[in-house]
Amino acid sequence: MQKHLFLGVEAIGQGAIDGGMSGVYAYPGTPSTEITEFIQENPLAKERNIHHAWSSNEKTAMETALGMSYAGKRAMACMKHVGLNVAADVFLNAAMTGINGGLLVAVADDPSMHSSQNEQDSRFYGKFAMVPVLEPSSQQEAYDMVHDGFALSELTKVPVMLRITTRLAHSRSGVDRGEVLPENPLVMPSDPRQFILLPAIARRKYKVLLSNQALFLKLSEESIYNRYEEGTDKSLGIVACGIAYNYLMEHFPVGSCPYPVVKVSQYPIPEKYIKRLDRECDELLILEEGAPMVEEMLKGFFANGTPVKGRLDGTLPRDGELNPDLVAKALGKELFAGFDIPEVVTNRPPALCQGCGHQDAYLAMNEALADYSKGRVFSDIGCYTLGALPPYETIYSCVDMGASITMAKGAADAGLIPSVAMIGDSTFAHSGITGLLDAVNEKSSITVVISDNESVSMTGGQDSSAFGKIESICIGLGVDPAHIHAIVPLRKNHDEMVRLFRQEFAYEGVSVIIPRRECIQRAARRKRNK
Amino acid sequence: MKSDIILAGVGGQGILSIATVLGEAALADNLLIKQAETHGMSQRGGAVYSHMRISDQPIASDLIPGGSADLILAVEPMESLRYLSYLSETGYLVTNVTPFVNIPNYPDIKSVMDEIHKLPRHIAIDAEAIAKEVGSSRASNMVMLGAASPFIDIEFSRIEEGIRTIFARKGEEVVQLNLEALRRGRAFAEENR
Repeated sequence: MQKHLFLGVEAIGQGAIDGGMSGVYAYPGTPSTEITEFIQENPLAKERNIHHAWSSNEKTAMETALGMSYAGKRAMACMKHVGLNVAADVFLNAAMTGINGGLLVAVADDPSMHSSQNEQDSRFYGKFAMVPVLEPSSQQEAYDMVHDGFALSELTKVPVMLRITTRLAHSRSGVDRGEVLPENPLVMPSDPRQFILLPAIARRKYKVLLSNQALFLKLSEESIYNRYEEGTDKSLGIVACGIAYNYLMEHFPVGSCPYPVVKVSQYPIPEKYIKRLDRECDELLILEEGAPMVEEMLKGFFANGTPVKGRLDGTLPRDGELNPDLVAKALGKELFAGFDIPEVVTNRPPALCQGCGHQDAYLAMNEALADYSKGRVFSDIGCYTLGALPPYETIYSCVDMGASITMAKGAADAGLIPSVAMIGDSTFAHSGITGLLDAVNEKSSITVVISDNESVSMTGGQDSSAFGKIESICIGLGVDPAHIHAIVPLRKNHDEMVRLFRQEFAYEGVSVIIPRRECIQRAARRKRNK
Repeated sequence: MKSDIILAGVGGQGILSIATVLGEAALADNLLIKQAETHGMSQRGGAVYSHMRISDQPIASDLIPGGSADLILAVEPMESLRYLSYLSETGYLVTNVTPFVNIPNYPDIKSVMDEIHKLPRHIAIDAEAIAKEVGSSRASNMVMLGAASPFIDIEFSRIEEGIRTIFARKGEEVVQLNLEALRRGRAFAEENR
């Protein structure tokens, strides 16, 4: 009997604990959040005092993890795909410095954008940084890859990326645990200049990284996660990456696939298997979750070798996640199409919870904005982004973490006065503070609404690193205290809120309004757990 | 043995509590499981679903292929119809009849029920009413699981054990209430199939 019914994210958390990790560093983001939450609740992690507190953003998280690695211990940074954009600077440069203690970077991509603003494929970042990438096809592989991944990082002396997608993150399956490894002792880097990327040193380090590519390839070709599976029908050869392997095997129960298959779960792609497939087969079909990265690599610029089918030639859709049906179609298999969905079925989009403070803030904001032309509210990433939908339709942007304040400033610079930013407390802490400093320095005519529900709510109510500090942060940045107002967003305070908004929209300078009321989901959880 | 089940509902209705009990029962029966859940944005009152696959053979895909689900188990009637493209030619649809209205354009409930009644194999059950008779409307999800249980290839006693395991920390009274809800749901399905 299998011992643990783990979500993919939980398997990663357990694998890290059992693999001798001393600290996890992360900012919440679907579908990666529960990796850290699992570690926060785990008894062994508590007993070992494994670091598990949330970081302010993905960049601080990965830098802190790199610092722990510097000191010789094993660390992991976790984030969603767009979080890696925030941490890209440290990620690429950590490939240059290399690591001391094993360093894993777990990134959860969200193809089909279930809870995200794009579906970028993190494997490109792995290739960009030229580090090994692991892409599990099952929860068991996810566990094993993390458990053994610290050692792989220590062997290759670079950070190792673990790339998963939504389906693996949020799907449960049986997982067997391995041996619980001890943590590393505190050991300083043997080369005191290893982490100093001064140009003269960096040039040398870069040559080391380049020369290590051969090792990374050799490890991929020897990896237990990559293999060549024999097939008798050579009219087609299939490359199946990560979880796409499962969608393929769904149609060929154990051992019945007639075509040769290269299973890829560790990158760089195992060249010797791919070359053999190319030699032996008439056509290639590439199954990969996310962007056609491997497909582009194999197709080449002139596309004059073995025909390559996949997302680029329309065999599979160019965007969106894969599933067993799409793979069946690519294989030319006919399946029963199921019953028709009747027209009576109506869309049911997510919405702000009844009683949520953001609702009151939006109602007051809409009333106060009625005197102005439309299109003045720039928003950010969080529950309040749902203010784009009826009945509010208050906001006009949602781009990346913190962009509300800076875009409002840019629009004000262009002459759109007043411009308004709508940002949550946690997003403000994540990436809003520096933008507000820019606005203060230039006395921009913007009103920043920091809708403070005292938690990171969209991802399940994690602790916000700005809790209890928002006014002092704003004052510290130089916002005039006379133009910082906090108010409780409740129906009974509606008129007062409208008055405040009107007053500050009319002010020519930076003002901050803080509607503050605890997230009702978090409040309910807190009461239940009492 | 293989049971491919689509669980459907609205974020906050707790469909995962059904999945948890079933998962526990399947594990105790030495069966293999894969179960894909919906987390994140949709949990804010949006449509949510879970693909639950139980088998005595290794399961490849985390997602159920279209047109092959043995069962759609829905705790909300309109949501039961949203995933019909997954239902196999011989599959059952088991749904609660109480609409969860959190959108302004929720269709006329009669037109929803008409569509459900068009299906060759379905059970429509008032889970809230039965749960209230048993003692708490919060047990309605276990009524639903009971109503679906005749169509899932797991020993009924294993599902009962699953309930005991999952609700144990809430006390014997809660366990008994949920067990009764389960049995009443099953009885309804057997009388009305």
